[in-house]
Amino acid sequence: MAIDWVHGHVELAHGGGARRMHELIEELFYPAFDNPILSRGEDQAVLPSPLNGRVAVTTDSHVVTPLFFPGGDIGALAVHGTINDLAVGGAQPHYLSVALILEEGLALADLRRIIESLAAAARAARVEIVTGDTKVVERGKGDGIYIQTTGVGTVPTGVELSAQAIRPGDRLLLSGTLGDHGAAILSARSGVGFTSPIRSDSAALHDLVAVMLEAAPEIRCMRDPTRGGLAATLHELARQSGTAMQIYESALPLQPEVVSACELLGFDPLYLANEGKLVAVCPAEATERLLKAMQQHPLGAQAAIVGEVAAEPPGFVEMETVFGSWRTVDWLAGEQLPRIC
Amino acid sequence: MRYLTAFRDPQRVRALAAMIRREVDASRSYRLLEFCGGHTHTIARYGLADLLPEAIRFVHGPGCPVCILPSARISAALEIAADPAVILCAYGDTVRVPGIDGRSLLQAKAAGADVRIVYSAAEALQLAQQQQQQQHRHQRQVVFFAVGFETTAPATAWVIEQAATQRLTHFSVFCNHVLTPPALHALLGEGAAVDGLIGPGHVSAIVGSEAYQPAVERFAKPLVVAGFEPLDLLQAVWMLVQQLNAGRCEVENQYRRGVDRIGNRKAQEQMAAVFEPRIDFTWRGLGRLPASGLGIRERYAAFDAERRFAVHRAAHQRHDDEPRHCACGAILRGHKEPAECPLFATRCTPDTPQGACMVSAEGACAADYHYRYHRQRAIR
Repeated sequence: MAIDWVHGHVELAHGGGARRMHELIEELFYPAFDNPILSRGEDQAVLPSPLNGRVAVTTDSHVVTPLFFPGGDIGALAVHGTINDLAVGGAQPHYLSVALILEEGLALADLRRIIESLAAAARAARVEIVTGDTKVVERGKGDGIYIQTTGVGTVPTGVELSAQAIRPGDRLLLSGTLGDHGAAILSARSGVGFTSPIRSDSAALHDLVAVMLEAAPEIRCMRDPTRGGLAATLHELARQSGTAMQIYESALPLQPEVVSACELLGFDPLYLANEGKLVAVCPAEATERLLKAMQQHPLGAQAAIVGEVAAEPPGFVEMETVFGSWRTVDWLAGEQLPRIC
Repeated sequence: MRYLTAFRDPQRVRALAAMIRREVDASRSYRLLEFCGGHTHTIARYGLADLLPEAIRFVHGPGCPVCILPSARISAALEIAADPAVILCAYGDTVRVPGIDGRSLLQAKAAGADVRIVYSAAEALQLAQQQQQQQHRHQRQVVFFAVGFETTAPATAWVIEQAATQRLTHFSVFCNHVLTPPALHALLGEGAAVDGLIGPGHVSAIVGSEAYQPAVERFAKPLVVAGFEPLDLLQAVWMLVQQLNAGRCEVENQYRRGVDRIGNRKAQEQMAAVFEPRIDFTWRGLGRLPASGLGIRERYAAFDAERRFAVHRAAHQRHDDEPRHCACGAILRGHKEPAECPLFATRCTPDTPQGACMVSAEGACAADYHYRYHRQRAIR
């Protein structure tokens, strides 16, 4: 019995280890992810030992609503998110595992669209999907689909990025506009009552990182400001390095649409998630060289120097407002929730 | 939307701040109460106080509808939401506020209550319409947890009227709307330590600037209605400084692009048709204020969640419901700064709010905590 890709839905049997599951694997996953390591069909992927450098591993679960949003979908996001966690450690990503938790009732057409998008994102990033798993949960027990990806990469010898290396006087660089992903997701959710042209910035950053490391090997540390936004990332860096992070409001790259959406909903772009941006900390003398290299890469075209590292007060993040006054940038308490008036 | 940048133009902001500095008489005080939480937020977010001379001090008023909601009302909402047949719809910033026992709607949601965050009253109405279409045995009661000043009250009134017209049987409103002018009267009547008032922007778009005339005359404090952008607020400060220096005491309107003298008549009529003033209503931090809250008229009793559900905690906010040592009342009246409260940043933080002013991001203490607390150095 062939799978009905037009009208069919995910059924419990698709995760049950029976024929249905094999049909899904044969018809969808193998063709989409096609590579020699996966098509061995064993219970594990066997990877060649890296020739040089060290092995980097990271894992990330993706639970976004809605599944499809302007500028991306959960499939591409599951690839980009994990690749970026490798990339900001200076690792070249090579392999991904993909574990799916499907909700009974998910349209097979949607599943196929997501898997094809995931496969395309992996191909574009030159990363192979070498092992995977599928489970199906009863209707009402999931949000359509959850995707968990684990990434394996190699960190070249000599590359040593760490928050511990951050020193007062270092500069903070941001690779592009803030809050695009968060704003795109918020405005795609029903009930907001407005439409917007904002697209998620979902993208894989390892090529940009390679360019940056070549231009400025002295980069201290990089992070991708995902959940909690730039504010959370800077707090992490300040805390781990025992320094203070100071940013300049006037230097933050922001799309006017994102600013407007934030105004309407009562959000602050500093706390909105990004899925294709990174923050780099580098010694002052490397700043201009690094900025130039970033701006020459498409994913860093709007890169900017957004702040610097100070010694005092350790562990804190402060912002010079556009008017020259200073204020604390606090952690976000819980989720960012819309204001009422 | 160029107006966002236009009203935040750094050069104009600096020029206006310089004008204010020149105007200020350093030998006297300018304690300016901004009633509205939106203003508190702007002042803190843009560090406006740092741009102004020390003689000017902002007193952060009670103008955050979430903050002033007594914990007993939250507990009442929790009681309603505990009914498995109920879907409780609430605005985003109400769900984190703790009730009497410290529990919030967000925690109740995690424990299984059907609490949904909505962006508007209309969204709750829509949900009730969908319930009406369901098979009888699947139908559930939709309760809208209505909170807010005159800004959100007209929309609540409208959905109640719609529900009546459509004869919806599965919709009701837990009404917690409060009124600005009576609260202003109460604050000033108790001798708040302020010299001038910054009137709310959005509220005034509904009630009109003339609504403040009685308070201004009776208590002899000048008032300027202001918009929410940095330049709006600075201009309002400048206008107040001029009034105070000249010994004038008038209602003035800085926010002309949004507010006129008489306000939005249609919204006022909509509110009057559905709501009536309660004898009194308890404001967290301020206590019981006469005629400061709105209840649902008898005519629409069928849509009043307080009448429909046996709500035990709603009626009586007890004195000991507020945490001991909490200084919110004094802070809201301008007698204390947040940092002078013994609970501030110790037991009371945005993650563990104890009093009204820490509850929502627009509260005086939360704004101070978020934007100023960690500033250990003077401006460079």
